[in-house]
Amino acid sequence: MPTDANAFQTALALILGMDPVLLGIVALSLRVSLTAVLIAALLALPLGAALALWRFPGRGAIIVVLNALMGLPPVVAGLTVYLLLSRAGPLGQFGLLFTPSAMVVAQVILILPIIAALTRQQIEELHGEYRDQLRSLGVSRPRMIPTLLWDARFSLLTVVLAGFGRASAEVGAVMIVGGNIEGVTRVMTTAIVLETSKGNLPLALGLGLVLLGLVLLVNAAAHLVGESARRRLG
Amino acid sequence: MNEMLHPATAAARVAPLAFEGVSVTHRDQTLLNPLTLRLAGCHRTLVMGPNGAGKSLLLRLAHGLLAPSSGRVHWEGETPRQAMVFQRPVLLRRTALDNLTYALAVTGTPRRQRLALAREALARFGLAALEKRPARVLSGGEQQRLALARAWLTRPDVLFLDEPTSALDPAAIRAVEDAVVDFHERGTRIVMSTHDLHQARRLADDVLFLCGGRLLEHTAAEAFFRAPASPEARAFIRGELVW
Repeated sequence: MPTDANAFQTALALILGMDPVLLGIVALSLRVSLTAVLIAALLALPLGAALALWRFPGRGAIIVVLNALMGLPPVVAGLTVYLLLSRAGPLGQFGLLFTPSAMVVAQVILILPIIAALTRQQIEELHGEYRDQLRSLGVSRPRMIPTLLWDARFSLLTVVLAGFGRASAEVGAVMIVGGNIEGVTRVMTTAIVLETSKGNLPLALGLGLVLLGLVLLVNAAAHLVGESARRRLG
Repeated sequence: MNEMLHPATAAARVAPLAFEGVSVTHRDQTLLNPLTLRLAGCHRTLVMGPNGAGKSLLLRLAHGLLAPSSGRVHWEGETPRQAMVFQRPVLLRRTALDNLTYALAVTGTPRRQRLALAREALARFGLAALEKRPARVLSGGEQQRLALARAWLTRPDVLFLDEPTSALDPAAIRAVEDAVVDFHERGTRIVMSTHDLHQARRLADDVLFLCGGRLLEHTAAEAFFRAPASPEARAFIRGELVW
């Protein structure tokens, strides 16, 4: 039984030694979260922009609900997807429960409101600045969506990152719909929970360090891209 | 030489713009008192008056960016192609060249022609060397020239300019005024607001004088500067404070 001090050393050894189990878990985590971010962004960016540009009855209610869903507890999202995908559920026939696909679905539900709500804010602000000019040029509203999304690209990068942060950090949803099956649906966060409860602190700590490192790396990269572009483009 | 269409020919082509009892109110405050007005021909109409007179409102109503609270703004005939240049140019967060190709794309120019047309416009407005530069880091004068180049590319029948030179240095002001003359020679009706008397004298064919949300005069430029009818305009021309 290792003490806490050399748990840290063992963790480092696992990372530096490219432990295959550890690598498998890290790879699956990235695959699930990145796929979820990609799908959520493809849906939520145009949705958020449309919500910023169109005025219709019920718009206020949708915005309130979206904002509220930003704080949706992961376990609730997980439970919802679980009910939908379980054998007796409406989508049970596809046999998706306890697969990485189910985990992607759950994470998309978690981060779609975040990206949509924040995009709505950013695009509304930019549209305030561009409105007269775009109308003067005769730009139609559907056409404004790609225009504004592209021109807000640097602030939207941060928005998408917020989604990625949420996806890679949550444990409740992927635990429920993935089931934490070794080699199939075990990701970093669920593994950390399991290894901690088993008392295998070196592996838990190693995974924790990798998770922190990855999130740091992605954010640093995005920050550099955003800052240099901002400086260049004014 | 369709390009150099004579102003008189263009005048017959472009529909007159009519304001009929148009007013603007905002939260019980009257910003523009009911006014009736008709702009026809291929003139350079300068909208003058002190700050807060309603010059911008008039231009925005004319261009259709703002709906009147009462009355009606309409073109007597086919709605012409229009463009507007704002006091502070609104440029997309893209390169100078991309700002122009975007405008061409929006106005339905075939993809193959866009690049050549955009480069030509950049050269015309002295921006050829800056095509790869992000539009938002250009100087104020360069940005306004880019906005004019963008307007040029949309080949407007009517060009609205809302105090386009109020934040520029003399050289940049000169460039904008030259561009206005070029537009006019191409057969574009000009409607431009300014509070600069000298600029108005240089450019105006006729003058709309606004003060305190009221249209006080619509006169030929020569007559306006020689003998303005309203006491407010007389004071304005003498350089006294009016409001």
